[in-house]
Amino acid sequence: MNEKATTIVAFCCIYCAYAAADLAGSMRLQYPSNVRIIRTPCTGRLEVEYFLRAFENGADGVLVAGCEEGSCHFKEGNLIAKRRVAYARKFLAESGLEPDRLKMVNVSAAMARQLTEHIKEMAETVSKLGPSPLNKAKGTAPQEAKL
Amino acid sequence: MIVAERKSINELVDMLPNDSKILVLGCGTCVTVCLAGGEREVSIIASALRIASRARGLGYTVSELTIERQCDNIFIEQAAEAIEKADVVLSLGCGAGVQAIAERFLKKPVYAGLNTKFLGILEERGMWTEKCAQCGSCVLHQYGGICPVTRCAKHLLNGPCGGSREDRCEVRPDRPCAWQLIYQRLKGIGQLDRLEKIEPPKQWSASLSGGPRVIIREDHRI
Repeated sequence: MNEKATTIVAFCCIYCAYAAADLAGSMRLQYPSNVRIIRTPCTGRLEVEYFLRAFENGADGVLVAGCEEGSCHFKEGNLIAKRRVAYARKFLAESGLEPDRLKMVNVSAAMARQLTEHIKEMAETVSKLGPSPLNKAKGTAPQEAKL
Repeated sequence: MIVAERKSINELVDMLPNDSKILVLGCGTCVTVCLAGGEREVSIIASALRIASRARGLGYTVSELTIERQCDNIFIEQAAEAIEKADVVLSLGCGAGVQAIAERFLKKPVYAGLNTKFLGILEERGMWTEKCAQCGSCVLHQYGGICPVTRCAKHLLNGPCGGSREDRCEVRPDRPCAWQLIYQRLKGIGQLDRLEKIEPPKQWSASLSGGPRVIIREDHRI
């Protein structure tokens, strides 16, 4: 399936994953174009409802990219995010969405290559799962997805 | 505080009628503190219901509101307009809140979104434990402030049972033996002699066994 038919929202921590995405650009590393990066002050700032709202608003997959465990700028924000992602995945499963559409990864600001690999993996997962049933049901074309 | 736990989305879907306007109504008191039915949980449950509705074609229209207290008419009044607009109310209040809403809006179906569990405290982050069984005739003064009715799995007033291991309860090994705690506490406050007294059988008519309870304060009645 064409990856462009789906949309992935990537919440990236400004201290690590966002910088890594920036570095990936400088290094001319390629990653799927259907990823929409949202800069966050820390993944610990992300609430469970942010993930759910992303799906409600047209995302087919959500990637949360925080600092490596033990390296959070705010000590434990990424660990909080890890628990919230696990909790949100339960809600996705109960609601009828595949929990694998939501995933958390950990990278440092220097790990541009690893970040692009994570994004590619996520894109492959979402591509295999196909568009979110929410988008199918609504008949929303991905480019019209309200993000 | 009253401690409650959310029902699963599948349970809610089974309960709620298809193609209806649903108001998810939170409560800002006990269930907010125990992270089951406050503003945040309302937001999460409402979002999950919208996702379920679209994924499974259930036809829900979901709105959200949280009031200060669902068990009090003064605060319920603030939700009146939103409740009138909805077809059904999914209350994230405790059992008392659900019933207070149902009594106030006679023609509106009100569903419980939570399972109300017990009267307890936040023991540590993310962990709530039961402390009071609301038996109606408190005996805490006799047991150093540790309730054997609630915290002893066998509700023994003349304990211990003898089955505890390494200060753990025989019935729930993940919980401490209440009688071990009572002994340590009474020893600490110099009241071990209280344990020499044989406690007669408890008068259970003051509990729920005597039927639904009512308290009337004549000095406050109009």
